[in-house]
Amino acid sequence: MLPTPSTSHVTFDTIYEPSEDTYLFLDTLSSAPESAWLTQRFKTTASPLVVEIGTGSGVVLGFVAANSLEIFGRRDILPLGIDVNRNACTATRETVHQAIHDRQTETEAERQAQPNTVYLGSVVADLGSALRVGCVDVLLFNPPYVPSEELPRLPEVTDEETGLSRSERFERDSYLLSLTYAGGRDGMETTDRLLEAIPRLLDPGRGVAYVLFCAQNRPQEVKERIRAWGEGWRAESVGNSGVQAGWEKLVIVRIWRDSL
Amino acid sequence: MKLITANFLTCAVKGCKTSPASFPLHFRDAELELQELEFQPEFICNIVPRINWDSFQAMANELGFPKILDKKPESDDLKDEKILRELHRLLLETQIIEGRLICGNCGHEYLIKEGIANFLLPSHLV
Repeated sequence: MLPTPSTSHVTFDTIYEPSEDTYLFLDTLSSAPESAWLTQRFKTTASPLVVEIGTGSGVVLGFVAANSLEIFGRRDILPLGIDVNRNACTATRETVHQAIHDRQTETEAERQAQPNTVYLGSVVADLGSALRVGCVDVLLFNPPYVPSEELPRLPEVTDEETGLSRSERFERDSYLLSLTYAGGRDGMETTDRLLEAIPRLLDPGRGVAYVLFCAQNRPQEVKERIRAWGEGWRAESVGNSGVQAGWEKLVIVRIWRDSL
Repeated sequence: MKLITANFLTCAVKGCKTSPASFPLHFRDAELELQELEFQPEFICNIVPRINWDSFQAMANELGFPKILDKKPESDDLKDEKILRELHRLLLETQIIEGRLICGNCGHEYLIKEGIANFLLPSHLV
């Protein structure tokens, strides 16, 4: 078992606390078959850009960055974190730096053989809206997947947040926290927006996305929908949190294109 | 944010995606900080192919750095430690702490604060 990054510096007022879904991400990406698949895919490429959307505390991205050698077979990956919440971006930056430091401090000889991973940074944005077309090699998304009556309004740029009254601050914090889990109809409204952007965001040849779903999201139907994009698009479950009454509670789906 | 990060970012306004003027974004009033990192030549060699060279030169120039090479370094240039060290300093060690990033197409400005750029849009542009 590879170590989970520390988040002791994070306050969870507006940030999602690592939970079962988070750990499923870590276990899936570091599983022997998935690591072997990723290592094979990025064996001879330039440094892969690994983007997590919705980093929260940064545990998943920190884990991937710190354990890049085990997961990708190389340490020269380029991890980039995106979140709509500025607090999450600050937390992620710290989590990833710390995780890399804890895991990749070794002797000079070892460093000669494998360079240390460098964190590119955190950016505040709505999903992949700020990313250049086709630049993402690996996309990670643990969405707000819980079905909710209403989808929280889309985030927009706000003025300086100093000078908020106590009730204004409470309202803002509740809003930011709701963005971490409330997914609207079938829990899919935000995920659907991301899925729609995937063909534009991923590198046309080697790009791959990992997206988490819960049973109410109807992942089987989602996978069929992705396969119907044609042009070699594929979608397969590569990790799940166990079966309950015949249903997989949480699954992680790998979305990629077969080279034509 | 590191200078290399800007290599992957563009204007968040939907209508700008198809315009070549939306990349690279332009730095204004940038406050820089040098964050020392261990020099790892093989790492630099592996990231060079990912860099859009002309845009990188333009951004570095806006930040006040002299030109490095007219063309993206290839084979022999990548054995030149001086060039690699310079790229290391620019791409990985140079941090933009405060400032703005401006879209060359629509003119929208994105603020960088404490090293984190904010690409959220005002409601009328979403």
